[in-house]
Amino acid sequence: MKRLGKIYTWLIMGFLYIPIFVLIVYSFNESKSRSVFTGFTFKWYKELFSNRLILSSLGNTLLIALISSVLSTILGTAAAIGIQAMNKKARSVIMNITYLPIIDPEIVTGVSLMLLFVYLRTHLHIPLEMGLITLSLAHITFNVPYVILNVIPKLRQLDQSVYEAALDLGCNPTQAFAKVVIPEIMPGIISGFLMAFTYSLDDFIISYFVSGPTSQTLPVTIYSMTRKKVSPEINALSTIIFIVVLAVLVMINLYDARQTKKKQARISQSF
Amino acid sequence: MRKAVAAPYLVWMAIFIVVPLGLIVLFAFTDSSGAFTLDNIAQVGQYAGVIWRSILLSAISTVICLVLAYPLAFIISRKQENQQRTFLMLVMLPMWMNFLLRTYAWMTLLEKTGLINRLLGLIGLGPFQMINTQGAVVLGMVYNYIPYMILPLYSVMVKIEPHIIEAAQDLGADNISVLWKVLIPLSKSGIVTGITMVFVPAASTFIISKMLGGGTNLMVGDLIEMQFLGNAYNPNLGSAISLLLMILILICMFVMKSIDTEEEMEGMLL
Repeated sequence: MKRLGKIYTWLIMGFLYIPIFVLIVYSFNESKSRSVFTGFTFKWYKELFSNRLILSSLGNTLLIALISSVLSTILGTAAAIGIQAMNKKARSVIMNITYLPIIDPEIVTGVSLMLLFVYLRTHLHIPLEMGLITLSLAHITFNVPYVILNVIPKLRQLDQSVYEAALDLGCNPTQAFAKVVIPEIMPGIISGFLMAFTYSLDDFIISYFVSGPTSQTLPVTIYSMTRKKVSPEINALSTIIFIVVLAVLVMINLYDARQTKKKQARISQSF
Repeated sequence: MRKAVAAPYLVWMAIFIVVPLGLIVLFAFTDSSGAFTLDNIAQVGQYAGVIWRSILLSAISTVICLVLAYPLAFIISRKQENQQRTFLMLVMLPMWMNFLLRTYAWMTLLEKTGLINRLLGLIGLGPFQMINTQGAVVLGMVYNYIPYMILPLYSVMVKIEPHIIEAAQDLGADNISVLWKVLIPLSKSGIVTGITMVFVPAASTFIISKMLGGGTNLMVGDLIEMQFLGNAYNPNLGSAISLLLMILILICMFVMKSIDTEEEMEGMLL
């Protein structure tokens, strides 16, 4: 039984990883063929790094991810604090609307924002061309709900009396807030920010509908490359992304493992 | 007046969530000159075949994901803690690569001159037509979305105490009754979350079907995309289809939620 489980696990892992490894192997392939390996080369990596379009869209992606995650963290944290202070009815109405971008199919969010931007331009004459600004607005919109959903549980766990104690000890409300509440909910703010940042980096569907011809994000550029059928630079790009993601995940895991060990050590010491 | 700090978000929410959805409803019920019409809604009926195909292919993919993921999630949940961590990382790693790259990987494997046909050719088989088929679309969806099934299943299974399973076995249950009477009832919330997390994106995808299904296996998502960015430019019809898709998804979520009343989308934010 145990053996069977092991075989099954590795079969699924093979299913998950073989396509990626094939991409990686062929990123070093001399010829453009995707089935015959004719010789080892780094030329696709060289071509990748001299490809203006890819480099500029990578720049756009990072810029938009940074702008949208910072702004959505500020907007979302403030929103969470305000929503938490509301009565139950107002809270549930707002939360239901906040859930919409998460549960709606992404394509619906994408076309609805596209309609909005087109409508603003044609009917209200707001000069809003599809580009970095529309992309940032769209990314903030789909990121804020994740920040709110990460911060609200932390606010719920917060002990109200700590805030009151700070007031009693002479803080004014703003100080008490900055010195007591914010540090307490910081883990939620950080995980919301990280989630927003990664979702923004990875988004294709919504960006596809609100990007212009001159300002694309990396996933949109990747899409137009896959349409050309054969472009070995994609293999090279996949390899680099795979290695970056692997490195980040391994680091997170090592950090987690260390934290748990520390915690266990502390628990055993206290006995 | 702590409530006031939510004001900027409320304005944002109104402009970027409520108004755009309102525009979809407005466009769905008007023609290109802005006059009220039901034509768009009526026209959606012409695409019943495409809608049916989307529901069918994504339902098949969801079932395959569930069947493949269930044993794996259980196996991982019974491992030692540090091993669990490693396997979870292995499940999540492909998820962090853009789905376009993952789908592209299958494009190169499945094509007529691709690696699979080549390997089959070595033992004298094929070449088979694999790309541009419905099977390829299902495969692409299973490959892309299976982590979204594994993770919520794992997160409920890891809480199932081994004693409960042992107790059932001591009381004379065979493996099949353990599965049906113990494991499945205890992991119901994970199953429900997993089904929702796979079915919703699968039913509304437009890239996987385009890349792996060729031009012939269109899905609802492709249809919507064509109305907004493609040759068939008709945002009114596109809005009507989007509205229908949204309603279908909301009904589906509502049904899933009523099956699983006690849990609130557990694991959704993994």
